[in-house]
Amino acid sequence: MESTDIYIGPEPHIEVHKYYGGVVPAAVVLALVVQAFFPVRAGWSHYLELPLLVTLYFALSKRNPSSGLMLGMVIGLLQDSLSRTPLGLYGIAKTLVGFVASSIGARLDVEHPIARFILTIGFYLFHHAVFALTSRLLLAQQGEAYLSLPILIASVVNAGIAMALFPLLDKFRKPS
Amino acid sequence: MIEIPSRHKSTTLLAAVVIAQVLLLATQIKSERQVRLIRVWAVELISPIQRSGSWIIYNFAHGWGDYVSLRNTRKDNESLRSELDRLKVRNAELEGRALEADRLAAMLNFRRGHAEVPMTAARVIGGSPDSGSLVVNIDRGSRDGIRRDMGVITPDGVVGKVFAVYPDISQVLLLGDKDSGVGALLANTRTQGVVKGSGKPELTMDYVGNDSKVTPGEVVLTSGQDRIFPKDLPVATVIQATEDRKAPFMKIVLKPAAHLDRLEEVLVLLTRQDLDLKKEAETTPAAPPAAAKAPATAQ
Repeated sequence: MESTDIYIGPEPHIEVHKYYGGVVPAAVVLALVVQAFFPVRAGWSHYLELPLLVTLYFALSKRNPSSGLMLGMVIGLLQDSLSRTPLGLYGIAKTLVGFVASSIGARLDVEHPIARFILTIGFYLFHHAVFALTSRLLLAQQGEAYLSLPILIASVVNAGIAMALFPLLDKFRKPS
Repeated sequence: MIEIPSRHKSTTLLAAVVIAQVLLLATQIKSERQVRLIRVWAVELISPIQRSGSWIIYNFAHGWGDYVSLRNTRKDNESLRSELDRLKVRNAELEGRALEADRLAAMLNFRRGHAEVPMTAARVIGGSPDSGSLVVNIDRGSRDGIRRDMGVITPDGVVGKVFAVYPDISQVLLLGDKDSGVGALLANTRTQGVVKGSGKPELTMDYVGNDSKVTPGEVVLTSGQDRIFPKDLPVATVIQATEDRKAPFMKIVLKPAAHLDRLEEVLVLLTRQDLDLKKEAETTPAAPPAAAKAPATAQ
């Protein structure tokens, strides 16, 4: 009798990358540590979003929406824990980033640097918009603007950092 | 091998994770009123339902109450209208009684002034169905001593005479009837003539010569010559007096002294006696208390 296997996963023609054990947790922790360290030394660095870049990278690479949103939730909650923001503020934003990025990564080949650059800008703005919206709707905090020049500049800067970070993280992939 | 995309599973998981973090936020944040945000959200979520329910219940209860009150108001309104109508009728009745009392008082005063003249009061109870004759029915008949050709008057003046008598009612031929007549004279010149009815509101005075002086406004009194009415009772007032070139007598038009079209109570002269006008003038005009029943018969 022929058995029927049920496969639940991304599109089969898209390559799913796997990483060595501990790489993902280590990257997350490093990103959080650096994120917490830099603003003390350099005031402009509060626009830096290393946890976002890490979330984006692994979500695009794993191409599994469930994994992507869970990873984003964890990173976001950890980031909230380390900052003065209430738990869930970054968590919601990064959960959505992880879900959308994984969904895009499951359908498109996002290995090209230009694609990564554009996606990073887009997701940075998306992340900031979700953060501002959450602050306004759920916390009644009107401080964050949805879009501004500094935010646009920051998105470009983070995209530039991603151009260096993503290839570095590519080296920790398991060979397929 | 069946490949099933996991979008539904991941979407559900996304929703669950986001909601969980929203609740997590809510448990942490205190609003400016120092209340946990989750309490604020719960209250904000429930309060519209509570307000809606309260509004519905309030409007239903008050609406029902207003409906019932409106119905009661309608009943009260109808009741008040009925009572108002009843009171209007009652008021009209009382006004009529007051006027009747005034008339009866005048009659009583007239009778007191002519106590030596036997007369009885009677109430007009109907008229004649024949539009060509001016006849009224009174509530006195032969049992009350009424006889044919007795004179009928009011304190204002001559009304007519009895022409038919029945046991309980009598019929009175009014002065305005074309078959009616009374011997009269002009008060100023004492010129005698006959006042006749014409079937119209106005009367005429015949057999007054063209050479007589008759002035409008002059009073016409009974002459007593017909032996029905005593002398010097008011009959009418001259409206117009013109010479008739084709005849030896004047054409005199009179206005009746009594209100022949508004008779309600009358006096029937039971015997024929002369009345003294002076004595009538000396009679006090004070009105006695109003009598609600029909006037008593004087004997």
